[in-house]
Amino acid sequence: MSSAEPILRVSDLEVSFATDEGLVRAVDGVTFELAAGEVLAVVGESGCGKSVTAMTLLGLTRSANARFAGAAYYGDTELLGASDAELQQIRGAEIAMVFQDSASSLNPVQRVGRQIAEQIQAHEKVTDAQARERAIELLERVGIPNARKRVDAYPFEMSGGMRQRVMIALALSCDPSVLIADEPTTALDVTIQAQILERFRELVAQMGASVILVTHDLGVVTDIADRIAVMYAGRIVEQGALDEIFYDPQHPYTWGLLGSIPRLDRPRPKRLPTIPGLPPSLADRPQGCHLRPRCPHEFDQCAKTPPLVARVPGAAAHLDRCWLSCDRKRELREIEPGVIGLRGKHEVELTKGGAGS
Amino acid sequence: MKRFVIRRILGMILVLFAISIATFCIFNVIPNSDPAQRLAGRNPTKGQIEAIRRQWGFDKPVYVQYVKTMEKVFTGDLISYVSQIEVDKEILQDAPRTFSLAIGAAIMWMAFAVALGLYTAVRAGRFADRFLTALALIGISMPVFWIGALMSYYLGFKWNIFPNGGYVPLTEDPLQWAYHLIMPWTALSLLFIGVYSRILRSNVLDTINDDYVRTARAKGLSERQVLLRHVLRNSLIPIVTLWGLDFGAVVGGGALLTETVFDLQGVGQYAAESVAQLDVPPVLAIVMFGAFFVVVVNTVVDIVYATLDPRIRLT
Repeated sequence: MSSAEPILRVSDLEVSFATDEGLVRAVDGVTFELAAGEVLAVVGESGCGKSVTAMTLLGLTRSANARFAGAAYYGDTELLGASDAELQQIRGAEIAMVFQDSASSLNPVQRVGRQIAEQIQAHEKVTDAQARERAIELLERVGIPNARKRVDAYPFEMSGGMRQRVMIALALSCDPSVLIADEPTTALDVTIQAQILERFRELVAQMGASVILVTHDLGVVTDIADRIAVMYAGRIVEQGALDEIFYDPQHPYTWGLLGSIPRLDRPRPKRLPTIPGLPPSLADRPQGCHLRPRCPHEFDQCAKTPPLVARVPGAAAHLDRCWLSCDRKRELREIEPGVIGLRGKHEVELTKGGAGS
Repeated sequence: MKRFVIRRILGMILVLFAISIATFCIFNVIPNSDPAQRLAGRNPTKGQIEAIRRQWGFDKPVYVQYVKTMEKVFTGDLISYVSQIEVDKEILQDAPRTFSLAIGAAIMWMAFAVALGLYTAVRAGRFADRFLTALALIGISMPVFWIGALMSYYLGFKWNIFPNGGYVPLTEDPLQWAYHLIMPWTALSLLFIGVYSRILRSNVLDTINDDYVRTARAKGLSERQVLLRHVLRNSLIPIVTLWGLDFGAVVGGGALLTETVFDLQGVGQYAAESVAQLDVPPVLAIVMFGAFFVVVVNTVVDIVYATLDPRIRLT
């Protein structure tokens, strides 16, 4: 596959679930592409639809009350309409997933080596002994000491960090072209997080796999992502290269996210800026722009129609969904570039250095 | 493991001791339970009764009687007051019948319950689920003496499909053995199939939403592999406990209704007859025999449990 051809193309993906409270639109028109070898970070608050997007690609959200629209192509295979048999061949072998909570995502009564071997044997004709050797090798690669012994451990006999490494080994076991990592390090403390992320990055680079990294932690993103997609209430509100998002953020929500990262290189505000309010219920979202009730910069247009996807001038792959004109955005950001956050409603005033800096 | 088994054996001795005392006491306070009177037959003279009382040692204090009786339990000299047959011979004769019934039925009800429970869970909410759930409830609601009698009448007597009662030892003719036992097995299993399949269904429905089941799917396993290796395996763990306990209870005389309906002459039937005649020695022996199996099976269940779920440690 040439590098120009994306390995994964998702267009206008919609996922909704019929629930007692009505139709929950978890994902609402998500479009993105993933190039070979690229690391795409999908960031956003809890419940913005990032995990649902990720799991839908593998058909893991299929259920009697789920509705799908749009398309997701892996190579020539359309994933949303793929048969169970087609999906089975793709799952684990072509597109593999690293789940969030390793304590519950591994079978508690199966040895970890067996769980890895099981995936290998689901896709390749190898003997038990060969699969086991592969499992040991994989455990070594993800940095589990004494892998030959640990291969026979049960998940409950391992620490959280070790278990997460097992999850990663599991995902890598069939040399997939796409890895979907759903908050792979969220449950871990920061030092372990850094170690595991580092190892993950090395391994992925070695294998040349593409990665979709789902996370709410922008700190994690800067370490490993090539591109970022910012999601809010089921939509991608902005996507672009890492530098574009961090140094030329277009969407007020992105400003809010960036503004709420604690920073050592700037005057310290009295309080860490936060985005006021809560994300809307996905069963009952505001008309027009979903961010409007929380956005200090909203105007008439925002309430009427959802903003269209617009290309940022001068940047080929930097897209955002906001009605504010480019000039207006620039104006707003130039007041103090980089620190703009969403404060109280209609309060555009920016924190000008707190006490003690 | 060793300590666990030793502790269980000590526990078992305690249980048997307590249970034998309780049984013995109960039969000593029941009105009209004077064994001498029963042994003396119809219209005895006072002198005859006195003679029997002295001869059998019923004039001794209760605790002496208890110790004497227990001695006989362990030496195998216990004799029925009513039939004057040695109790251990009778139990040894009945036990294979009861075991045949219990083992066959336990396998039958577990196999059907697993199939039914898994199937209804996978089809949860649909017609097949509702239909089979209703069927399971009917099965739970049918008493053995009723459905057993119906089966015996129609299948055995009227249409002559299965032999009506009787028992052929396994060692004599395995086919005839199974053929004679199919009706009792089925009658005894119906209730258990209903109960077990309901429990398994809800266990499966709980397990199927667990994160590791999602992981199993994401690995690219077939739905069948996901269900059998991950969902069923984890859903079965609690059921195994129940299975062991119920099996122990059936062996220990719990199947007396089934045994009586099909005239299997098993341990349960013997116990029921002995209780009706206030015949203490066989009752005592059977109660201890039953308690022994319940405790043994319990221990085995705990060991099996620990192998099925490595998170459980035996102490």
